[in-house]
Amino acid sequence: MSVFIPLGVLDDAVIRKIAEISGENAGRCMQCGTCSAVCPMVESMQPSVRQLMLLLQHGQSGAALEASTAWTCAACHTCLVRCPRGIDIPRVMEAIRQMVLRENLDRINPRGIPAETLAAVPPIALVAAFRKLTA
Amino acid sequence: MKISYYPGCTLKSKARNFEDSALASLAALGFEVTELERWNCCGALFSLTTDDLLHQLAPVRVLIRAQQAGAGKVTTLCSQCYNTLARANRLMREDEEKRNTLNQFMTEEPDYHGQVEVVHFLQLLRDEIGWERIRAALKRPLTGLKVAPFYGCMLLRPKEVGIDSPVKPSILMDFIAALGATPTDFAAAEECCGAYQVLAAPEAGLKRTRRVVEAARASGVDALVLSCPLCEYNIGKQQQELAAPGGALPVFYFSQLLAVALGAAEESCRFDLNAAGARELLEERGLIAAAARK
Repeated sequence: MSVFIPLGVLDDAVIRKIAEISGENAGRCMQCGTCSAVCPMVESMQPSVRQLMLLLQHGQSGAALEASTAWTCAACHTCLVRCPRGIDIPRVMEAIRQMVLRENLDRINPRGIPAETLAAVPPIALVAAFRKLTA
Repeated sequence: MKISYYPGCTLKSKARNFEDSALASLAALGFEVTELERWNCCGALFSLTTDDLLHQLAPVRVLIRAQQAGAGKVTTLCSQCYNTLARANRLMREDEEKRNTLNQFMTEEPDYHGQVEVVHFLQLLRDEIGWERIRAALKRPLTGLKVAPFYGCMLLRPKEVGIDSPVKPSILMDFIAALGATPTDFAAAEECCGAYQVLAAPEAGLKRTRRVVEAARASGVDALVLSCPLCEYNIGKQQQELAAPGGALPVFYFSQLLAVALGAAEESCRFDLNAAGARELLEERGLIAAAARK
């Protein structure tokens, strides 16, 4: 993927919004890429966690919210344990999800889950998925 | 000290094999816990937002129930319940502003300040009962069984609530050793099972299943033990989607192997709820009686 640095003063509104929701400052990321290296879901996301942090730092909120990254994150907290800057990246991911979900936009349709899957999965899978992916 | 037991939703439905075997094991060890009355769902995941306290109500209510029961500790089996309750408890202990807001919001409840301690069942085994007492109580040591721990995420991360080191844990290895089995570490022991993405991004989830099963196979283990019903589903049951060569890798709740080793009644293990291969492995090793075939 390509990342553009727009001309003019960088817009940090999205960084401030994320801090408001999650208490985390995504601007502290130093782009070392440890998060992407340890992320168990990284091969299924586009862009990677590091790239998403860069998008946020460049004020590219549209691209950050449309990216699959936060929606593929499983909140495993591995990046949090390994981040040398001590950034609670799972909270940044939660803030991105919340910025979309608070517009009443669900990312999973409960009625679209096949009946046999509903019958098979443990209740905590349903509760967790609806907590993370529905408004 | 009175210890309350919080089962959570899944332990009463899909994971009866987890609950029944754990409670039978405690009975065999002569250790008592009391199930909470009027418990509610913990929410399954700790809310990661700081500007909205709505999702903290459910876990805090559970903690208040434990306080009302006069318990000093509340224990859980499900890793997700453990993580959610332990983190909500820390919030109530450490964040005065949020604590006050939550207490004021729940006018129908007594105030809560984090007095109760949240402990995972494995911590009870390690810290209250002790590996030595378990060793001494073994009726059927699991000699020769190569068992690997699968910690997953919620027992270890974040480190503030982890029951062991987030990067180099040993509690399940020590547990396996205490049962007389051969503890075998493997490369994916602390990795994620894919969690709730089994519903939203099943292909990404299956990659996790494959990674964990292949890493375990590479270490030559006979079985995995774990403590999370979602891990059990993703690593145990989802193997049927992989069509892996060499048959299914058996996956057990840690309490099932404990119950077998302590000689608890086999009905408590409910192996019928496990994915394929679990019961068969123990029968083959002569650790349980072969089931009558229809």
